[in-house]
Amino acid sequence: MLEVSGLNAAYGRAHILFDLAFEARAGEVAVLLGRNGAGKSTTLKSIIGIVRPLAGEVHFFGRPIQHLQPYQIARLGVGYVPEDRRIFTDLTVMENLEIGRQPPREGAPRWTPAKLFELFPNLGRMQDRLGARMSGGEQQMLTIARTLMGNPRAILLDEPSEGLAPVIVEQMVRTIRELKTQGLTVLLCEQNLHFARQVADRAYVIEKGQLRGSGTLDEVREEYQQV
Amino acid sequence: MGSVPFFFMSASSILIQFLNGLASASSLFLVAAGLSLIFGVTRIINFAHGSLFMLGMYLAVALAPMLGFWWSVPLAALAVAAFGALVEATLLRRLYAAPELLQLLATFALVLVIKDFTLWAWGPEDLLGPRAPGMDGAVRIAGLRYPEYDLFLIGFGPLVLGALWFLLRRTRWGTLVRAATQDREMAGALGVNQRWLFTSVFALGALLAGLGGAVQIPREPATLFIDLQIISDAFVVVVVGGLGSIPGAFLAALLIAEIKSFCIGLGYSKITLVVEFIVMAVVLIVRPWGLLGRMPAQTRGPGALELPLALPSRNALVALGGTALALALVPLLSAGYTLVLLTDILVFALFAVSLHFIMGPGGLHSFGHAAYFGLGAYGAGLLLLKGGVPMELALVFAPLLAVLGALVFGWFCVRLSGVYLAMLTLAFAQITWSVMFQWDAFTGGSNGLIGIWPSSWLSSKTAYYYLTLATCVGAIALLWRVLYSPFGYALRAGRDSPLRADAIGIDVRAQQWAAFVFAGLFAGLAGALFAFSKGSISPEALAVPRSVDGLVMVLLGGIQTLTGPVWGAALFIWLQDVVSRSVDYWRAVIGAVVLFLVLVFPQGVTGFLRERFAR
Ligand SMILES: Nc1ncnc2c1ncn2[C@@H]1O[C@H](COP(=O)(O)OP(=O)(O)O)[C@@H](O)[C@H]1O
Ligand SMILES: [Mg+2]
Repeated sequence: MLEVSGLNAAYGRAHILFDLAFEARAGEVAVLLGRNGAGKSTTLKSIIGIVRPLAGEVHFFGRPIQHLQPYQIARLGVGYVPEDRRIFTDLTVMENLEIGRQPPREGAPRWTPAKLFELFPNLGRMQDRLGARMSGGEQQMLTIARTLMGNPRAILLDEPSEGLAPVIVEQMVRTIRELKTQGLTVLLCEQNLHFARQVADRAYVIEKGQLRGSGTLDEVREEYQQV
Repeated sequence: MGSVPFFFMSASSILIQFLNGLASASSLFLVAAGLSLIFGVTRIINFAHGSLFMLGMYLAVALAPMLGFWWSVPLAALAVAAFGALVEATLLRRLYAAPELLQLLATFALVLVIKDFTLWAWGPEDLLGPRAPGMDGAVRIAGLRYPEYDLFLIGFGPLVLGALWFLLRRTRWGTLVRAATQDREMAGALGVNQRWLFTSVFALGALLAGLGGAVQIPREPATLFIDLQIISDAFVVVVVGGLGSIPGAFLAALLIAEIKSFCIGLGYSKITLVVEFIVMAVVLIVRPWGLLGRMPAQTRGPGALELPLALPSRNALVALGGTALALALVPLLSAGYTLVLLTDILVFALFAVSLHFIMGPGGLHSFGHAAYFGLGAYGAGLLLLKGGVPMELALVFAPLLAVLGALVFGWFCVRLSGVYLAMLTLAFAQITWSVMFQWDAFTGGSNGLIGIWPSSWLSSKTAYYYLTLATCVGAIALLWRVLYSPFGYALRAGRDSPLRADAIGIDVRAQQWAAFVFAGLFAGLAGALFAFSKGSISPEALAVPRSVDGLVMVLLGGIQTLTGPVWGAALFIWLQDVVSRSVDYWRAVIGAVVLFLVLVFPQGVTGFLRERFAR
């Protein structure tokens, strides 16, 4: 349902991604594994349209989306959770959720603040708190909840476990599994093999912007440990 | 009214002055709030905001006889809002990714176009507005008469503040605006269509400006000067209050308006500007981002680094020398108008090169460089006429007045960067203009000074041409030479990476301040040469459009080239000479040309030309 082929991207003159090709099938969790600076975040930004690819195609449910604006891609049902969270710190929890809100979507789970507070009980207890006054873990929950308010069919998660306490990481694993149960397709970027193993159905290894291997997580594990 | 020390003011007149301040603050707040709102979301400083205010005024005055005052006000504001939406959708939308300088220049081009449109539509005379029916009387406050309409205005500002608060805090639209102000890219990735959000924000900002203008018409006449007056007041308010903060704009509008009111009430209207300065200085020292402002969010990634300025090749130097030599031979062929035109070109080439010195290598985008040009010109005139100094000495010492201006203004300016700097330079230039324009006894006011002629041995066109040629070529060569001195390199290091420059021991602020003063000196020299070539000087010499002329020259020639500003000045002055002889609305033509250039080459005219005619 989300297919990427021949993806090339650059920042100015620095060519970062070279002919990347991978896919995430409906209802599964696909993981892009790569070390720091491998190009994982750039890949997700290219899919959501924040970075304009130099070349290549991105298909979402068979439809090419690489030429669309980020807001148009988001309105097709692609949710994006950036690694640096980018919470609106001047806005309260409820207001942050409001920014992400989109009309219900055919074939995608429907989220309301009430349902999200079941998934993230912490957030329910701080609905009027400003984004600036939340801990890193709470912000990470909020950034996912905010994206879910758009009722996406696929969600791009950029290193959601980064910098979180082990307990919270465990919670994140449960959250991703829950999203999968709800029928969401997940494209996850990770460096943390232990975290990836607990959720991945399919894995790709990226190094210096190029694909180094693909398969199940156990199949690519060695390749990843070599890079 | 004579001057009265503060402690001799009666309690009741203190109260009245206080109320006057409150009433003026309302209109000022509307403008500043609109400016802040637009900047918050689009990151564009709308230099044409004062022009929208002016349009609101003229429209309301024009509509009032037909519809009555109370209908004309909202309708004028709505018309301005519609115009704002149109401008955003056709023009600014194309510029959100363009370099900041081009954005500023584009909104500035609008100032020129709107001014000439207003002149064409309503003529050059001031237009008196109607009184507000039902509020044209006065009430007694503490024994003194006070206009009812001013009481209405006092309430109007807080009312609008409340409405804006509701809109921004309690509606989905407002939540989107606040989110986009903080991180518009993320808002887009969450499905927020920025296009129409931006258009609506711009329309609201324009509405506030138009409304601010329309409600002023019972209090003051509509004039063609009001646009730049208002925008520089609004810039001061926004710098003091904090860019992007609506309550900050309110607070600062109150502060500035009260200062003005009390200075006028005490009979010291001339020192209003000085007091405003001091307030701004204190605020900028204590809180660099304004009373309620915060450090601006970084919305752009690290900018594309400028290519290093190459040393001119031997061939280029030979060509430049050849050009200077050819110029020296011109008087042998022609003595008439060509020499006058060439003198102008040389003067403005020096002006453009001095502006380029701080803009290109310094990275300080000054929108008020004409202030130093004008100070040099007035310095020359005043030394000659009031000081009785011989012309030769006047020419030498006049630029020192510009240096003094640059020392004071520069001290503030180097504390800021980007749009803050652009706003402040413009505000300073406007303040300098106001002083020259209003100080009838000393500067001749709006008429300026006449009889500023060179000494007899320089009075022929040919002799003065040679003086100008020698001075300008020498000065330009010196400015260029300094760019390749350690000072020039340090300046560029400070522009490209202030933090790293600091780390290797360069005092970036001091370097920039010095550059400001150095550039001011040569702009002043150009101004002094200009004054003696024309024999007279008027406030136009340092009016804000003159600053924009300089920017256009630099941009035409190429901001990151060495000799570009010279060619830009030559092209500009020649075009101006040709066009202004055949067209009445020269400013609008310049504005239209700038808009055209910016729209067609949003990544910079010169980048395009450089590719096209790669040397
Ligand atoms: N905004 C940017 N401008 C220039 N280079 C960038 C930018 N963002 C990332 N890079 C570079 O692109 C490469 C890939 O970065 P990124 O996609 O963030 O990697 P990852 O997410 O795998 O750590 C890195 O070398 C990084 O330095
Ligand atoms: Mg990353």
